[in-house]
Amino acid sequence: MYTQGLTASDPDHSEAAAHFQARIDADIRIEPNDVMPDAYRRTLIRQISQHAHSEIVGMLPEGNWITRAPSLRRKAALLAKVQDEGGHGLYLYAAAETLGISREEMVDQLLSGRAKYSSIFNYPTLTWADVGAIGWLVDGAAIMNQIPLCRCSYGPYARAMIRVCKEESFHQRQGYEIMTTLARGTDAQRAMAQDALDRWWWPCLMMFGPPDGDSQHSDTSMQWKIKRFSNDGLRQKFVDATVPQARYIGLTPPDPELRLDEATGHWRYGAIDWDELRRVIAGDGPCNRERLAARRQAHDAGAWVREAALAHAAKRRPLSQAA
Amino acid sequence: MVTPATPLWEVFIRSRNGLSHRHVGSLHAADAVMALQAARDVYTRRGEGLSVWVVPSTMITASDPADKAMLFEPTASKIYRHPTFYDVPDDVGHM
Repeated sequence: MYTQGLTASDPDHSEAAAHFQARIDADIRIEPNDVMPDAYRRTLIRQISQHAHSEIVGMLPEGNWITRAPSLRRKAALLAKVQDEGGHGLYLYAAAETLGISREEMVDQLLSGRAKYSSIFNYPTLTWADVGAIGWLVDGAAIMNQIPLCRCSYGPYARAMIRVCKEESFHQRQGYEIMTTLARGTDAQRAMAQDALDRWWWPCLMMFGPPDGDSQHSDTSMQWKIKRFSNDGLRQKFVDATVPQARYIGLTPPDPELRLDEATGHWRYGAIDWDELRRVIAGDGPCNRERLAARRQAHDAGAWVREAALAHAAKRRPLSQAA
Repeated sequence: MVTPATPLWEVFIRSRNGLSHRHVGSLHAADAVMALQAARDVYTRRGEGLSVWVVPSTMITASDPADKAMLFEPTASKIYRHPTFYDVPDDVGHM
């Protein structure tokens, strides 16, 4: 895409592009005011803003359980975790804004349905065990994706991801603790934990995106060091890390073909239903409409607060300037 | 009516006494009081700081990356600004 846009007939551009690629290859971070190809800027705006939207929409499935957490300990942890997700969204929006898009534009893209967010948040949280599964599996998968982003070529994104990753590890551990507790509890509790794993396992594997052969943005992103590992590589890493964790607490991933490949040490998994991912991305997941409706409602209901705060600031400004 | 954009602020945090304030990120807020409150919520959830500064982003004047060569490269040739440029006899010991 990038090389097509900058053809050899345009010597200035191809020279600039080569210079930019040389900086990337030398591991020199790109900062907001540096010269960069338009396609690099567009790719980052799309990726960072969608990442931010995912954090914000991701508050909804878990927020659903805050008032019904089974103990004060669990409630305090869940509240802190959901607050973290809000903070992660803000770090990321701020990073995207350094590329020249406004917060208002990004929010509008989300609310109008033009921007995507991670398909995983379009699945419902039916039981308390789902809160454990999200922390353990969804945040676990997110960490796999996000750790390489700490070394992304764009400085503000990389710095935001360092903060996010530091906080994310608490999320995964609190989720696994919930699952461990349920798995060691009564038969009903164990069944609830297994049911949550059954429902979240495949959607979590889909979080890493389409198989390497079909991924539309991968090659250029790799070349620009926005992305450092392939979708399939990260997915395999996640499966290898997670299967032993599940077995340790006596739970079984819902994949009859799952087996350890002794030669390589990798867990081989069965075929993923990519039609399901396409359906959910296209808007037909179990909760797509509900999630967007919740965000729109929150945005509309908060409009008077934003207006009042700005009006208050405007009213006070002349006074403070006169003082 | 279209709501005007909420101003952008840069956030600086001093992690402990004896260190300088360091830029940690930015946020949107209608005024300084709310910017400070938001900075505390967004950037200090785990004991990251003892002091927070918020500065309107529009108040920052930055150097242009295009001027980098003119501004910063001349120092590379001025090696006599570094102590290792000067020869001191070994017998004198550490100086």
